[in-house]
Amino acid sequence: MDRITARFHVNWPGFTLDLDLNLPGLGVTAIFGQSGSGKTTLLRCIAGLERAEGGFLSFNGEVWQDERTFLPTHKRPLGYVFQEASLFPHLSVIGNLRYGLTRSGVEQRVSLDHAIELLGIGALLERKPERLSGGERQRVGIARALAVSPRILLMDEPLAALDLARKQEILPYLERLRDELEIPILYVTHSPDEVGRLANYLVALEGGTVIAQGPLAETLARIDLPIRLGEERGVVLEGVVAERDEGWHLERVEFPGGSLWMRDRGAPLGHAVRVRIPSGGISLSRVPQQDSSILNTLSGVVEEIGDDDHPAHSLVRVKIGESVLLARITKRSVAALDLYPGLPVWAQIKSVAVAQ
Amino acid sequence: MFLDSSDLQAIFLTVKLAAIVTAILLVVGTPIAWWLARSRSRWKGPIGAIVALPLVLPPSVLGFYLLLAMGPHGPVGHLTSALGIGALPFTFWGLVLASVFYSLPFMVQPLQNAFEAIGDRPLEVAATLRASPLDTFFTVALPMALPGYLTASILTFAHTVGEFGVVLMIGGNIPGITRVVSVQIYDHVEAMEYSQAHRLAAVMLVFSFLVLLTLYAWRPNTRKG
Repeated sequence: MDRITARFHVNWPGFTLDLDLNLPGLGVTAIFGQSGSGKTTLLRCIAGLERAEGGFLSFNGEVWQDERTFLPTHKRPLGYVFQEASLFPHLSVIGNLRYGLTRSGVEQRVSLDHAIELLGIGALLERKPERLSGGERQRVGIARALAVSPRILLMDEPLAALDLARKQEILPYLERLRDELEIPILYVTHSPDEVGRLANYLVALEGGTVIAQGPLAETLARIDLPIRLGEERGVVLEGVVAERDEGWHLERVEFPGGSLWMRDRGAPLGHAVRVRIPSGGISLSRVPQQDSSILNTLSGVVEEIGDDDHPAHSLVRVKIGESVLLARITKRSVAALDLYPGLPVWAQIKSVAVAQ
Repeated sequence: MFLDSSDLQAIFLTVKLAAIVTAILLVVGTPIAWWLARSRSRWKGPIGAIVALPLVLPPSVLGFYLLLAMGPHGPVGHLTSALGIGALPFTFWGLVLASVFYSLPFMVQPLQNAFEAIGDRPLEVAATLRASPLDTFFTVALPMALPGYLTASILTFAHTVGEFGVVLMIGGNIPGITRVVSVQIYDHVEAMEYSQAHRLAAVMLVFSFLVLLTLYAWRPNTRKG
């Protein structure tokens, strides 16, 4: 498979970056971290907007940077979406879209029409950027980056400058990009929600170094890595809407290894959804619970038990078929239930949220 | 007639001088302003100061040095005589050269401000859209700096029209060659021709007012960008 290899070691005043990454050549790789963690700098180094002396970067075997080479940004086959849409104010929407298109050569991976359709900006083409809303502007910015038919798309917190409603407006478009474009997307964000909803692969940065990387579900379920999306730890499962119970307004989401009933959000049957299960919303028992209000009880096997942040808590990884859950329970419960790896258990799932 | 032929000749000469100087400075001033706006070199300060010197230097001082430089024993003089052009002082092109130096800051500073106001981001965006640096300059920086170009051109033109001290030092007072409006007015006053001086001065006053009016009336429009 195509891969991106990046090694950057920079030591600028007040800032260090020390990374050795090997990223998948497909799907969304979320580069996740707090501000100052170096995630934007990493993206800028990959784009060639920043020059990390002594770094190495190759994309699908093509060297973009080593001791002798430094391919300038305009010669790298990438698309870049900035945090602020940064549209050219002197050009109309279509002028902005054509700017990169006319310079991108003959190779057309994404047609302009397709980019316009993907981002739903067909009605805005003749407008000047100053007459667009924030959300529209960012959609044009994304379409403009796609119109150059990039072989990799770099996105630097494309939603960070937008309010919640605008984010909800754009997220479905980003999901479409992920599902319909056959190019890797490097997505810089500090938002756990965006990671949960979009990422296939996760690179977590802290203080300029990688603290965790790997496929999203697998990485989130690792007890030894201090990765949390938001307030508490939890996993993300990918599933499809398999059944609908109209009478009770519920839908059943099937994932590899089981299924979950949850509030009906109106997605059509067969539609792919991502489900976030926070570790605090799971309880474990040795026998299936009767007469409980809990809808979802899954049978699985304890894989690993480890410490959580607070000394009262343990994290228990439970394998449910091919999927994994992470349950946070008290150490007293671990002792009372006498949990150990290999023990079959029942997991009661109290809270399930669609990743959004 | 309102103005006599020597007045009209002076006006024509002045406009020709100012137009040529503005055109030359558009070409010369652009790379200087770009460099001053974008460079992180330690020479930025000294070069910026040199460009700004004509703002504070008495025109007679500037004219004096230029006269020496262009004279038969000066470096420019050596160059021009080696090229077979001859000495530049007291010629129209000598006046042009001197005015280019004299009006340099009026072109460079508004352009520099305009380039600085663009910031790095649009240039980075252009690079990610496959535009080479030169391409970026002409298709992004230049159009975005257009208001700055208009301001710079008007200021340069007007400032060249208004110069006096440098003209006297370099060009002297040769009708049709170096006698511009400001010198012509001086001549009229020297010759006690107050009514003629009045008319020409009025032309200058109206011209200057119109220039400033254009600048100020037009400025609010630039704000919305």
